[in-house]
Amino acid sequence: MTAPATTRAARRRATRDPAEVAAGLPRWAFLPAAVGGLFVVLPLIALGTRVDLTGYWGLVTSESARAALVLSLRTAAVSTLLCLGLGVPMAIVLARGRFRGRNLLRAFVLVPLVLPPVVGGVALLATFGRRGLLGESMEVAGLQVAFSTTAVVIAQTFVALPFLVISLEGSLRSAGTRYDVVAASLGAGPTTVLRRVTLPLVRPGLLSGTVLAFARALGEFGATITFAGSLQGVTRTLPLEIYLQRETDPDAAVALSLLLVAIAVVVIAGTHHRATP
Amino acid sequence: MTAVLPRRARAAGAALVAASAAVVVTACSTGTTDGGTTLTVYAAASLTEAFEQIAADFETEHPDVDVRLGVAGSSTLAAQIQQGAPADVFASADTSTMDELVADGLVSTPQDIAANALEIVVPPGNPAGVSALADLAEPGLRLVVCAPEVPCGAATTAVVGHAGLTLHPVSEEQSVTDVLGKVTAGEADAGLVYVTDVARAGDQVEGVMFRESAAAVNTYPIATITGTPRPALADEFVDAVLSDDGRAVLADLGFAAP
Repeated sequence: MTAPATTRAARRRATRDPAEVAAGLPRWAFLPAAVGGLFVVLPLIALGTRVDLTGYWGLVTSESARAALVLSLRTAAVSTLLCLGLGVPMAIVLARGRFRGRNLLRAFVLVPLVLPPVVGGVALLATFGRRGLLGESMEVAGLQVAFSTTAVVIAQTFVALPFLVISLEGSLRSAGTRYDVVAASLGAGPTTVLRRVTLPLVRPGLLSGTVLAFARALGEFGATITFAGSLQGVTRTLPLEIYLQRETDPDAAVALSLLLVAIAVVVIAGTHHRATP
Repeated sequence: MTAVLPRRARAAGAALVAASAAVVVTACSTGTTDGGTTLTVYAAASLTEAFEQIAADFETEHPDVDVRLGVAGSSTLAAQIQQGAPADVFASADTSTMDELVADGLVSTPQDIAANALEIVVPPGNPAGVSALADLAEPGLRLVVCAPEVPCGAATTAVVGHAGLTLHPVSEEQSVTDVLGKVTAGEADAGLVYVTDVARAGDQVEGVMFRESAAAVNTYPIATITGTPRPALADEFVDAVLSDDGRAVLADLGFAAP
């Protein structure tokens, strides 16, 4: 995936040769792969069969649904940008840095992945809440985070950041430092090497990491409801709206879920298409 | 997916899978009792403490019976029962959820076990000085309530409408537990929850009673599930809840008589 242009062309030629394909693809792999595919796709199909198509448009264009959709797209976009701004340097430091405690640091970066999101929300409250670690000084400075859209963005960034860091760090490690060293020996400074050599080489990893982060931010639920609350147009994102609608109108919940799935598929497919020309 | 995990992360992933598989296996093995009977009781989340006590007493009287409690929001439990969840008894936090199951023919005739009304909940010391329902309409007060879609929110709407007030909450939560959580965390200045929630939270919060709460009193019905393989035992559990001892447990936790 990080092959330079010359070998990419060679690989494309190679895929036409059946013998070459079979070299890394044992026949038995198809069965579990198909089962796995069904496992993911069947629930989506089942969800689709629950949708009442006649009322679908009305359900997804209701005022509350529109407000939730707009809020979700806005917050997930901002969170993704924050993830890029913080996550790219984090991945570089973790992949290229030589210092004690790097493995421990990496383990901590991955904590939000295993933490139940509700616990993440509690942790964020303990940090940014009114009585939190930073909350009191923020209150003095006139910053109130709880129950605001900012809180939604903080929650989404917290849970999405590891996805970007982990996939970019993996790409950086497998790309190696050979090209960086060559560029540096030709007189390029570290920032130029990063911008002109390293990041272009790991572009697919960067893109997939960004997509993962965006998708995770878009689907964020537990940390948001614990940390940010739920108010239409302010903190009630699409997943929160879906969960609330389920109480009274399961049809609307299903319709909105499909909308969320559709957005995720479009974003992922679109980015993947650009990442692998 | 083109994400590449470092080897260490992959090893950690394998360990996680193994660990979760182990958890699943243990969870399954604890589901079986030694030749005894398991009675599954689904109860609204606000009934948790009461039903834990009643179930413990019931198990003492029936040594060969293991009572398993499933607690969640009433509508979540009702949806699970509609999907065929293996419950024997269901206790709901409102009559409308139970009525849906009655209409579907999924439960026997319900009996009322308790009632619950709203109360204002504030952090210890009542920093915002809330003393009446009208105070909740004060501008600048960080008020948290239940969303109108859930039972506690419907009760809130009824009470506030009856009093002719308009509230401007900073958050409309999914459940009464979420409202309580925002107040105990000190994030909200006030919230509207049930009397029993204030009792349950102990000294983490203070309660402020208000007379308008009489406009919306929730009734808790209980019923056995139609077609349960243990109808006699299910009936016995319902009787235990309705008995003097059962009512005393409910009253101790702040529930009113139905």
